[in-house]
Order: sequence, then C-alpha cells, then structure tokens
Amino acid sequence: MADTLAPAIEAAPIAPTLPESKDARALHRMVFVGIAVALVVLPFVLYPVFLMKVLCFALFALAFNLLLGYGGLLSFGHAAYFGMASYLSAYSAKIWGLTPELAILCGTATAGVLGFVFGSLAIRRQGIYFAMITLALAQMVFFFALQSKFTGGEDGIQAVPRGHLFGLVSLADDRVLYVLVASIFFGGLLLIYRIIHSPFGQVLKAIRDNEPRAISLGYRTHHYKLALFVLSTTLAGLAGATKAIVFQLASLTDVHWSMSGEVVLITLVGGLGTVFGPIAGALVIVTMENYLAPFGAWVTIIQGVVFVVCVLVFREGIVGMIARWAKRPL
Amino acid sequence: MTTIFGIPSQALFGQLLLGLINGSFYAMLSLGLAIIFGLLNIINFAHGAFYMVGAFVAWMLLNYTGLGYWWALVLAPVIVGGLGILIERGLIARLYKLDHLYGLLLTFGLALIIQGLFRNYYGVSGLPYAIPAELTGGQRLPFMFLPNYRGWIVVFSLVICLATWLVIEKTKLGAYLRAATENPTLVQAFGVNVPLLLTLTYGFGVALAALAGVLAAPVYSVNPNMGADLIIVVFAVVVIGGMGSILGSIITGFSLGLVEGLTKVFYPEASATAIFVIMVLVLLVKPAGLFGKPA
Repeated sequence: MADTLAPAIEAAPIAPTLPESKDARALHRMVFVGIAVALVVLPFVLYPVFLMKVLCFALFALAFNLLLGYGGLLSFGHAAYFGMASYLSAYSAKIWGLTPELAILCGTATAGVLGFVFGSLAIRRQGIYFAMITLALAQMVFFFALQSKFTGGEDGIQAVPRGHLFGLVSLADDRVLYVLVASIFFGGLLLIYRIIHSPFGQVLKAIRDNEPRAISLGYRTHHYKLALFVLSTTLAGLAGATKAIVFQLASLTDVHWSMSGEVVLITLVGGLGTVFGPIAGALVIVTMENYLAPFGAWVTIIQGVVFVVCVLVFREGIVGMIARWAKRPL
Repeated sequence: MTTIFGIPSQALFGQLLLGLINGSFYAMLSLGLAIIFGLLNIINFAHGAFYMVGAFVAWMLLNYTGLGYWWALVLAPVIVGGLGILIERGLIARLYKLDHLYGLLLTFGLALIIQGLFRNYYGVSGLPYAIPAELTGGQRLPFMFLPNYRGWIVVFSLVICLATWLVIEKTKLGAYLRAATENPTLVQAFGVNVPLLLTLTYGFGVALAALAGVLAAPVYSVNPNMGADLIIVVFAVVVIGGMGSILGSIITGFSLGLVEGLTKVFYPEASATAIFVIMVLVLLVKPAGLFGKPA
C-alpha cells in the first residue's frame, strides 16, 4: 500500500493544456480590457461592498489556482494564509494604527513567511499526502487562532478602522475603497498572468506534467515548487489582508477549513488551470451564498452538491468550457 | 495521594485512558482510510462524516425502533457500510480513471452534504446516548478508577483492528486485496472481480468508521460535527504513520492518542495541536512517515 507505487490506472492530468498561440495572446488582451471595463462600470450597477467581496475571493482563488492549476499541488489549507493575513492586517490597523496600505502589506508578508515555513514541510510529500499535510497545518493555525489572545478568539478582531490611504485619502467611503480593492485585484491578476506565462511558469507546467522528467533535465523541482507555494500563499494573504480592511473584521471563519474548501469550490466551478476561471467562480459562488444566506444550514448542503456535480460532470468549469468552445486557452 | 512528576496519579492515568480511547478512534479511522487508499487510491474525506452517521444510526435505532446498543454495534456498520457501497457504485466508481485529487474533492463534497443534512434535522447541540446497562459501573484499580465502558472501547477496538489485520494478512480474501493493491490489472486478468473488490473494500472501510461512531456515541454526545474535526486529526495520524502498513496505522493511532493524553496533563494548551506538531517533526526527520516506504 505504498504511495510510491505507480498507479496502475493512468491518471488524467488536472488541466489539459491547449496549444498556446499568438491568437490566444490577442484574446487574453481582449479579456483583460473587458475585465478592466467591468471593474470601472460595475460599481455603478452593483453594490460596491458585494463587488469588493467578489474581488477578494476572486484574488484568493486566483492565488490558489496558481498553485493547483499550474503546479499541480492541491493545498487544502489555504485558509491559513488567507486568515492569518486577515488577522495581522486587522491587528496592525487597529492596535498599531498602521495606515491601510501598510496593514495590508503586513498581513501579506505574514502569509508569505507562513507559506515559506509550511511549504518547506509540505513539499516533502506529494499528491494526496500534500493535501492532507496542508490541511493539518492549517488546522494547527486554526487552533492557534482560537486560543491566542491577539486574535480575540471567538469574537475575532472587530471594528477595524479603514483609515486613510498613505495617511491622506480617507477610505470610509465604499467607492473610494473600491478603487483601492479593484487596483489590488487587477495588479494581482496581472502578476499571476505574468508568472504563468514566464519561463518560470513554463518550468512549473513541465514539473506538473512530468516531475521525474523535469528533474532529469536538471531542474531543482523542489525549489520551483516552494517558490510557487510562497507566491501563492502571499497572494492569498493579499486577498485576506484586503478583506479584513473591507469588512473591518478578521474572524475564525477566515482560518477555518471550510474556507479552504470554499476556495477549492470557487476554483473548481470557474475552471481548474484556467487563468480567468477563478474570477467567474468567485462571481458565481459569492452571488449564490448571498442569495442563499437566509436558508442557513442549506448553504453547506448546496455547496456539497455543487462539489459533487462539478467533480462528476463539470470538471472543466465555466471558463474551461468557454475555452473549449473558443479552442484557445483562457 | 500519590503523585508522578508532581501530577496526581489519578489525573495522569485518567488522561492516559482518555488518550487511549481517542487513540482507539484514530486507529480504527486511519485503518479504514489506509485500506481504502491502498486499493481505491482515493482519500476518503467523508470518513469523518460516516463516523458521525454511525453514531447517529445507533441513536436512531434506539429512539425510533427501540433496538439497543448491542444491536447498533452490528446494524450500524452494516447500514452505513451499505450506504458506502451505494456511494462507491454510484459516484466514486466514475472517478477511477481520473487524478486522485478528484476523489478527495468528491468525498469532501459528500462530507459537506451529509454533515449539513444532519445539522439541519438534528441541530448542533448534541444528543445523549446512554451507556449500555451491562457496561455501566467500573473497576477500582490500585492506581485509578476504570469505568467499564471506557475499558470496553479500548479492548473492543483493539480486537477489531487486530482482526482486520489478520483478515488482510492471513486469509485468501486478504491476499486478493493485497494483490489488487499492488497491481489491479494483473489480478483482474487472473479472474478476480476487482471492481467488486473495490466496492467491498470501500464498504468495509466505511463500516469500520461507523463502528467507531457507535463506540463513541455513549462517551461523546451524538453530534453532526463530531466527525469533521476528528478527520483532520486522523489525516495527520495517517501522515505520521504513513499508509504503507496496516499494523503501522494501528500502532500509530493508539500511540498518538496516548501522546495527546499526556500533553493534556503536562501542557493542556498544546493538547489540540500536539499531533500536528508531531506531524511536523516526523516530516522533518522521516518524510515518508514512520511506517511508510521512502519515496
């Protein structure tokens, strides 16, 4: 029963790679313009706080998908980085009185450091073990958050001041804050797109598809995986830190395993291993949760059903399906 | 009163016994996980949910049909095992040709559904389940008071674990199972019905979880959330032990329960995280797990 045995049944790759072409680059540029236009127009149509929630979760899922879709590493504990960044951002804004941009930086850096420590441990095992280790480490963080004083235990850190950006611009107005959140999101998206299409990203895809071969070609795959893990946790932290400023709250929900499950669900619905999938997934799942909130416990059941249905019949996700129609990777 | 390292011996042995009881559940759950993973190559995230359902079936049998603990001990694993078989045939069997991670995601979804349903109908406050009359009371040992039921959990789960090990190592069915774990295609070519073997294995692993649930029902209250946090600890146990050996997962389960009990005595704040810390240490020293073969 060793996990080292080659599976007798050939495993299908997580994300089928469609051929990249100049054509696809042009399409991607159009999608980026589309997203930028949507970011500008949507706050006039929809409630800005709802949009900011979508953007935070979209960035979180983008970070998660960077790890799973392009590194083939399923982390089941991404809530730890999201949540700890959220706590540190809230704490530094409220207790230390840092300006929001510094608070967000502080939270993001925490997630990066935590990601480095946990990543160095977790990449020692592969596949299913990797998922279990990241989950267990995240549970450890959850208990830490539950017991330690600075997180406020069950109450969390409430009434976090939004403060003044660079000490100048007040973020109390939702519309002003929206500009900041939208910029952070768009910056994160561009960075992730750049990472995926860089030579570094190409090596990652090679490792994902065939690690022994990448090793035989002379790549130190462990270094690449760790670098990817830290990038992913840092960006997840950026999302969590921003979320704490938007909702003025950091709580145990953010570090709980159900949050780790939620980001997996968002990515799965949007399309694993697609660049833009997590954004579509976040839009769908956050909207769904908003409308289902009055039904209480049914939300978990419906999430479970969506999980099961997606895994059984809709593995490519929304954007994956569109990409297949368009015959271009998205 | 006698003390050991400044701790009253009553408290020390009491916590060790609690640890051993937790260890029994860890052992039975990680054993089921290991058997399922060995053959089906999926990590059954719903394992904790099936443990919870086992406890609930015991409660339902008592309250809706009047069948007591001893019936539950037999019927609950059969019923939940049957449910597991239906789920394997209907859902999991569709995923064997895909990456293992999809199995994890599917069973995670199942766990959410099952736990959500029970939360809806029974709330989260927990339902009481009485200790069977034959096992109430306790023994006064020279160093501590041993409640009969707690002793029973440890002995019974040890027997079940060892019996499972014997079946897998010594019987023909177990030989098929081990062979199919090594190479399913070849075993199928020899005329063994491997898909049936997969189904039965999943059913058996799930039945073990349900049996642990019935054992747990009188000690912990019957609660829809009882399996959710436990399964994550069991994952850590599995990482520590490595899923390479049946006996390994039994030993790891029991000893980690003991270690957790000891932490409760000497440093209670760390008791929730003790197993995770051990997992970190094991990953640093022996990444393949204590009983795993190195990659």
